[in-house]
Amino acid sequence: MAQMKFMCDAERCIECNGCVTACKNANDVEWGIQRRRVVTLDDGEPGEVSISVACMHCDDAPCMAVCPTDCFYKTDDGIVLHDKDLCIGCGYCLYACPFGAPQFPKQNAFGERGKMDKCTFCAGGPAESKEEEYEKYGANRIADGKLPLCAEMCSTKALLAGDAQTVADIFRQRVVQRGHADGGWSGNPRADADNLAYDATRQG
Amino acid sequence: MDMPTAWPLWRMLALALALLLGLACAQPVLAQADPDREAATAVGGVSPDTWRQVRSGEVGPNFRDSRADSTYNLINASGESWRQLRNRWVSPFGLIAVGGMIVVIALFYVIVGRKDLSEPRTGRKLLRWPLVVRSIHWTVATLFIVLALSGLNLLYGKFVFRPLFGDAVWGAMISASKVAHNYLGPLFGILLVVLLARVLKHNWPKRHDLAWFRQGGGLVGKGHPDAGFANGGEKLWFWLLATAGLAVVASGFVLDFPNYGQSRDTMQWANIIHAVGALGLTAVALGHIYIGTIGSEGSLEGMTTGYVDETWARDHHNLWYEEVKDQAIPEEQLAAGRPAPDGGDEAASRPG
Repeated sequence: MAQMKFMCDAERCIECNGCVTACKNANDVEWGIQRRRVVTLDDGEPGEVSISVACMHCDDAPCMAVCPTDCFYKTDDGIVLHDKDLCIGCGYCLYACPFGAPQFPKQNAFGERGKMDKCTFCAGGPAESKEEEYEKYGANRIADGKLPLCAEMCSTKALLAGDAQTVADIFRQRVVQRGHADGGWSGNPRADADNLAYDATRQG
Repeated sequence: MDMPTAWPLWRMLALALALLLGLACAQPVLAQADPDREAATAVGGVSPDTWRQVRSGEVGPNFRDSRADSTYNLINASGESWRQLRNRWVSPFGLIAVGGMIVVIALFYVIVGRKDLSEPRTGRKLLRWPLVVRSIHWTVATLFIVLALSGLNLLYGKFVFRPLFGDAVWGAMISASKVAHNYLGPLFGILLVVLLARVLKHNWPKRHDLAWFRQGGGLVGKGHPDAGFANGGEKLWFWLLATAGLAVVASGFVLDFPNYGQSRDTMQWANIIHAVGALGLTAVALGHIYIGTIGSEGSLEGMTTGYVDETWARDHHNLWYEEVKDQAIPEEQLAAGRPAPDGGDEAASRPG
């Protein structure tokens, strides 16, 4: 089975927010909720960098670990999904998530937040019918053999989605071909002009 | 008339000059198309410093998030700490505290047993808790139990009830727990403050309270240590509620009203304070409930009927008894519906 992962190549992201729009459109996401966001660091300065973030479908997902209702589960493809019928909107997943992925439609007194919503890797969620699934969780493109729309529509192919191994292979190829000392993200001190992308070429 | 012919020539010359100048200026730019020189002058890739900044959760002035009203940094660095604190420390040690207290009380009851009155009842009663205190006490007590059970369910329920009952029952159960907890919590908080304010006068620490603790409330050595209206143990419970209890209430308000826009980090800390305080108080409350019910003879009636027997008062609160013994009334008079005109904790307004 595949291990689905997102990866955003910060050297390529141009902060066009196409992924955000594609996601909103594909999943018909509720007003006020944006499952994907684009973060720009050092905006307007030399070295400005942008990166698209959503649920990263962690191996050891903190949201799953802290959920009082145990409403999260992992699919065979390594996608972290949740059951909105069990969700009580306590907000603990939001406290724990490293990426700020869980969002709530409301933020009212007495902890009335509504049901949590987050990126599903375009894999829908638990429901009786296709209509109910779309209504609650959005598109299930994975069931149709398609990848998440955000990555599919990324104009610079900064955002990659798919099996972790495939995504890693593509990124490694890029790092090698970029041909400068710091072709990846890491600022690897062992990579120099004579030994480009040191760690990338030595991965299996 | 010759102006129109002179203009184009002048324009042509100006244009040629501009083109030449542009070409001259463009030379260094064109030279940079050479990859080696471009690499030498290009702004470097994302630096390790950038990622260190991200990892620390720090947000600079030029940080942008495309999400509306987002106050989030790129990486929620404290989220993992909160998770580890909650799941590795608060959760298991809370279970040890509450479960341990149940075991200790059960063992104590089996081995030592109930604290009986030292002498037979005299049949003469003293007013201890007026109706208003009893009403607030039982309302606060009921709310405390509901909040404790729903809170325990929020922390531990998923390990027990979900596998036991299945998703349908579990879903309703946990949803009811959350709603009850969030709506009754503020009510509990307000009433707790009222109750604490009402009984504060009995709970100022005294010198004889130290002796009370040295004798373990009567467990160590023989005879009852001195106690006024409230004994050392009751005062300890009062001050626990006045400190940890109010901290739990305050942190609960922080968690319960996200509409004020408090940050994720604030709520992480509020949650830890809330859980630690509430679990500790739940453990101590078990002791309070034990002593007030099956643990000692004659205590519960003080909070149910409002009156206690003279013997009980002499046993447990000798200094208070000395103050109010002349106000004792026979239980027949009470049964006939003619209670004492005043008394109870009002009469004992002298702190003790």
